[in-house]
Amino acid sequence: MLHWFNQHFISLKAFYATSSALLPWLITAFSLCFAYGLIAGLFFAPADYQQGDGFRIIYVHVPSAFTAMAIYAVMAVSGILTLVFRMKIAAICMSVSASIGAWFTFLALVTGAIWGKPMWGTWWIWDARLTSVLILLFLYFGFIALQSVIPDQQSRDRAGAIMAIVGVINLPIIHYSVIWWNTLHQGPTLSKLAAPSIAPDMLHPLLAMIAAFLFFYAVILLLRMRNQIVLREIKTQWVKEVMSHAS
Amino acid sequence: MLKSLLTITHQEIVMTLRQAYSWITPLLFFVIVVCLFPLALGPDENTLNKVAPGIIWVGALLAIVMSIGNIFRSDAEEGHLDLLLLSAHPLTLLVLCKLISHWITHCLPLIVISPLLGILLHLNIHEESVLVISLLLGTPVFVLLGAIGSALVVGIRSHGLLLPILIMPLYIPVLIFGTGSMIAASANLPLASDFAMMGALVLISLAFAPLLTSAALRIGANQ
Repeated sequence: MLHWFNQHFISLKAFYATSSALLPWLITAFSLCFAYGLIAGLFFAPADYQQGDGFRIIYVHVPSAFTAMAIYAVMAVSGILTLVFRMKIAAICMSVSASIGAWFTFLALVTGAIWGKPMWGTWWIWDARLTSVLILLFLYFGFIALQSVIPDQQSRDRAGAIMAIVGVINLPIIHYSVIWWNTLHQGPTLSKLAAPSIAPDMLHPLLAMIAAFLFFYAVILLLRMRNQIVLREIKTQWVKEVMSHAS
Repeated sequence: MLKSLLTITHQEIVMTLRQAYSWITPLLFFVIVVCLFPLALGPDENTLNKVAPGIIWVGALLAIVMSIGNIFRSDAEEGHLDLLLLSAHPLTLLVLCKLISHWITHCLPLIVISPLLGILLHLNIHEESVLVISLLLGTPVFVLLGAIGSALVVGIRSHGLLLPILIMPLYIPVLIFGTGSMIAASANLPLASDFAMMGALVLISLAFAPLLTSAALRIGANQ
């Protein structure tokens, strides 16, 4: 089992080959989900009885928020693999994920603000969920800033791993303390976003969009990881061979 | 072993106290930051009383963020850190000793002076006592979490404002419960839940922070 993993995923060279094989499939899966989600979400899903067509931004907002959090989880798991098993591939996955995650967090905040203006009448509310996403963005910035100043590759990987682990331990604490803070200050909040009973016609495109965003992340992740692998292994024979084939 | 740990703690405290600059500067910083707010917001008594918890807590937070960056700096520069890493005692405990002495020399003065700042912001006696208790419970978490960040950047020459960016988001829960307890105090609400949450935060960071700090110090030493 471990041997199989090593042959296909853990060694940088093997990962490079595996990712070449995986990429077309991931791109196809992304395109299918994205096309279905976008068309069904924008044209076929019924308009919300209260929010009208304005609710359709949910098909960008919720997937970006979900992906932003999923990426932090990926970073934390890769961080543990980096620290405990010294896996280079995990370190690469962790450091290239950070900026992608930051962008998705930013997208979630911006789409949330655009949604909030017509629905709540304001761009920003210090609502518990909004605030935790903002803090998530700060955690991403901290991680990126830390990695950008450490010159040595190995130290950079491990310091980043510690930061990712500290962040993931703290995130639930921050989230619940922010909920506490919010309820303490202003009572019941607009938690309409959570709407548990969503019509199937609206739900299916949403799930497709979430899948599409995750596939998109996977595609970008693999492309950037391949880039990093080539950069780190630039002096090895196999990279030279790959590059000479490519040109 | 306990004896040598106590010796280290004692020695750290004495060394810091002899360099008055290192522990008085954060204290002055705290006082000046808090005094800036009445000047910026206007001297109205009700307004000041209302925003006092936030001002004092953010002031204390900033003062600690400013001083925590130096906790391993001189050790790293003078080679003392290498000796700690080579020591026969577990690094985690040595780190804990350093953190305790840092808290005593850098945070305790802030807590001692805080009732005076409370008077400037028109807190009553009940609010003053809650302020002191909440700072006693909250500042250890600032030191413990700050030490992780400080250890991560110890090998970096010009880290400037990196450390605050790293650790301030992690301080948010303590800030919420600390100011929350003071708001509850001014509204005569029960305080037990806020104090209990802060106590829990102290315990959880006491469990993780020394371990992660020593792991981070080992990374820095490899550079």
